[in-house]
Amino acid sequence: MAVEVRIPTILRPYTEGAKAVEGAGSTIDELFTDLESRHPGLRERLVENDQLRRFVNVYLNDEDVRFLGGLTAPVGDGDNVTILPAVAGGAS
Amino acid sequence: MLTIAREVLDAIVAHARRDHPDEACGIVAGPAGSDRPERFVPMLNAAMSPTFYEFDSGDLLRLYRDMDDRDEEPVVVYHSHTATEAYPSRTDVSYASEPGAHYLLVSTREPAMDEVRSYRIVDGVVTEEEVRVVAALDLA
Repeated sequence: MAVEVRIPTILRPYTEGAKAVEGAGSTIDELFTDLESRHPGLRERLVENDQLRRFVNVYLNDEDVRFLGGLTAPVGDGDNVTILPAVAGGAS
Repeated sequence: MLTIAREVLDAIVAHARRDHPDEACGIVAGPAGSDRPERFVPMLNAAMSPTFYEFDSGDLLRLYRDMDDRDEEPVVVYHSHTATEAYPSRTDVSYASEPGAHYLLVSTREPAMDEVRSYRIVDGVVTEEEVRVVAALDLA
């Protein structure tokens, strides 16, 4: 099951500069574990305590996976996943 | 150093004043690799807070897709502080995720004075830089 995963600039050190990589898995969680096997350290930037990190946005076919079950969101062949760190901050 | 057109900077400050006392946020996009902040893109602060900002996740995706289509990148990421100085907070530093961008901060704490300062934030390190305001980028 090939899924294209678009990687934001800040995570490209884990993919040797690649803007997109391929992965496999039947859920987002499995996909991230698969990516980790070829790009060590990547999963930890996305997942903490078995949950998607709060300020990392993951989109499955353009929908925020938070609305699709988060890490348990099912992934299918030909799906595309985009990772974008949140743009956030503030005085507090 | 950040070189920015007067018109663009005025638009950023006007946005910050308009949203005060909530923090305002947005970007100025420019051609990838050019370091030219050409296209002002104010964003909704989904947090709608006087002390926090966050781009709505759907808006964020559309913004990045759009920039991709136009072969652009975020040259400036701006936001305002409404009661504190125009200096990156610990929160600002921990969430800074565009290593190539100029982080522009506007403080609207003084009604009669605009505080505008710019920084690079890379790997948790903040470096202030000069803001050079020009009439137009092509005359810089």
